[in-house]
Parts: sequence; C-alpha cells; structure tokens
Amino acid sequence: MSLVERQDMMNQETAVWNGGMGSVSDYVALLKPRVMSLVIFTAFVGLMLAPGTVHPVLGVVAILCIAIGAGASGALNMWYDADIDEVMTRTRKRPIPAGKVTRDEALAFGVTLSIGSVVLLGLLVNWFAGAFLAFTIFFYVVVYSMWLKRSTPQNIVIGGAAGAFPPMIGWASVTGSVSLESFVLFLIIFMWTPPHFWALALVKNGDYQAAKIPMLPVVAGETVTRHHILAYAVLLAPIGVAPYLLGFASPVYGVASAVLSAIFVGLSFDVWRKREGDPAKAACWRLFKFSIFYLFMLFALLLGESLIAGA
Amino acid sequence: MAEQEKGIALTEEQKKKRRSRSIAIACVLGGLVVLFYVVTIVKMGPDILNRAL
Repeated sequence: MSLVERQDMMNQETAVWNGGMGSVSDYVALLKPRVMSLVIFTAFVGLMLAPGTVHPVLGVVAILCIAIGAGASGALNMWYDADIDEVMTRTRKRPIPAGKVTRDEALAFGVTLSIGSVVLLGLLVNWFAGAFLAFTIFFYVVVYSMWLKRSTPQNIVIGGAAGAFPPMIGWASVTGSVSLESFVLFLIIFMWTPPHFWALALVKNGDYQAAKIPMLPVVAGETVTRHHILAYAVLLAPIGVAPYLLGFASPVYGVASAVLSAIFVGLSFDVWRKREGDPAKAACWRLFKFSIFYLFMLFALLLGESLIAGA
Repeated sequence: MAEQEKGIALTEEQKKKRRSRSIAIACVLGGLVVLFYVVTIVKMGPDILNRAL
C-alpha cells in the first residue's frame, strides 16, 4: 500500500484494508519449502565435503542462513511473478494469487529475510559466504525472475545457476573460498536443471503458453526440446561421475553414479523417442521423477562417503 | 473514542491472523537471542572468562 493510499484511508472515518490476511503457514509457503529442502541438502553436502572443519553450531548457522536466503528468493520470486502464478494451474494456489498475502507484504518479507540471512551469515560465519549468498539471491530474483524468465527460452539454463550455488556456499562457509571440487558440485546441479525442468515443461506446455512464458517447448517446439533434453543428459553423465574421476569420491561412487547417469540418459532417450499421446507424457513424468532421485542419490552418496571418511 | 475509530479498521479475522504472526515473530526474535548467545560462546571459547576483573 502506498503512502498516498494510506493517507487517503486515514482521512476517512474508517476504511477496510484487504491486507493482513496471511497466516504463519502462508508466509512459510512463500519460502517454497520443497525447493528449500533441496537447497538445505545440497548446501549441507557442500559443507561436509569441504576440507577443514567448522564448529557444529556455526555449521548449523550456515545452513540456516542459506535456507532462509533461498526462502527469501522464493518469496521475492512470488512477489514478482504473481501475475504469472495466477494464470498457471500449478501455482494458482500460492499465497499471493490465492489472496492471502498481498504483493507488498511478500516484497517486505522477502527483502527482510534476504538482508537478515546475508548479514547473519557474514557476521557469524564468514563474509565470503555472505557475499556469495547475496549474489545468489540477486541472481535468482533479478537475473532469472525479472530478466531471463520472460525473455528467453534459455531462462532455466542460465537461471539454473542460482539453484546450483548452494553447495558452493556451503563449501565457502567452511573454507572461505571456492575450489574445483565445489565447482563440480555446482556443475552437476547446473547441467541437471534443464532436462529436469524441460521434462516438466513438456507436460505442462499449455500452462506456460497461457502464461506467455518463453519456455523452450513453447518457443522452439516439443521436438527441439526433446533434442535438448537428450543432449543435456549426455553432457550431465560424465559430470555426474566427475567427483570420482577427479579423485574426491570413491570407486563405489564412481560405479553408482555411472549406473544412475546411464539410467538418466536412457530415460531421456525414451522422452526423445516417444513423441505422441500418453506414452510421451508418461516418459516425461518418469524422467522428471527420476531426475529428482538422481540428484538426491549423487549428493547422498557423496555425503555418505564423507561421513564414513570422517568417522 | 472517535479518534480511535479513524483509519483502518481491522476485521476480527485480520486481528486473529496478526496475533498469530506476532507470536511467530516473537519466537524468531527469541531464537535469534539464543543463537547470538550460543555463537558468542562458540566464537570466544575459553576466552570468554579471560577478562580483567
């Protein structure tokens, strides 16, 4: 609500205000808890793999700040994309289109949490990690949400970097810097993001068309998207195995990641091959669901190995 | 009394939601106080007791 509107209201005897209707759970929903859970997990793996040690309390603080920063990005994304969310069936029930939280409230909430998480991480852990978190929030909100999402079919390719930074921030929380190993963790998520989202976009193509978002299937067509999915899956495979190839994961990880990557490529090939009707849709769903399992397993294996090594 | 009735009049629902949000904010602030206390001890370690009397 602008100051002028507020002043107008104050000049009247009484006025009705349509804000202030959000419950605590609505504000939690603004943080995109499901995305946040992935961020927490990957940041934790980055933190655990990093050389050196961090006090457990500071480790918890680092993960907490990264999680809140990710949540703040989600709230700011919902503030900016409220018009799109209203059109798409997948997002129609989010707090802003549902009328539970106003855009101004979401903006204030997102900005407050962004500043709070960055300052807290900088003050309590280290300022390199704090600055990295600030850059990640900026990248997701300004570069992805405000700029790329509505202007290019490469939106999720470049914008996906924001979702890939958390393990690097986790790593930086321990070491105060980044390294080749943390960059490999980034690359795994970065290369994983396009086939993951394009598989969903192929199924939800109508939604994106209605919202006029230039997703690859909308702009270039479903066939080109299938080519891209397969290409990214093939490129992702060696990157998924890279932690073993570069010597910071065991042969067990090497074999497991190779098998998982082969399945990923196989399912992508299935998406590429089946182009019509229900079999095509089922193939996309299979790839989408497996992609989540794939990323979880790679990071879980790395985490397991670091825990065993530290025991 | 007339002065108090000017401006925005919140509905009962809005007042209820505001109260729940206020409680949540209080919990977060309380959590931050505990967090800063614990982190101070963690960062300073035994030095926390090493001061001139």
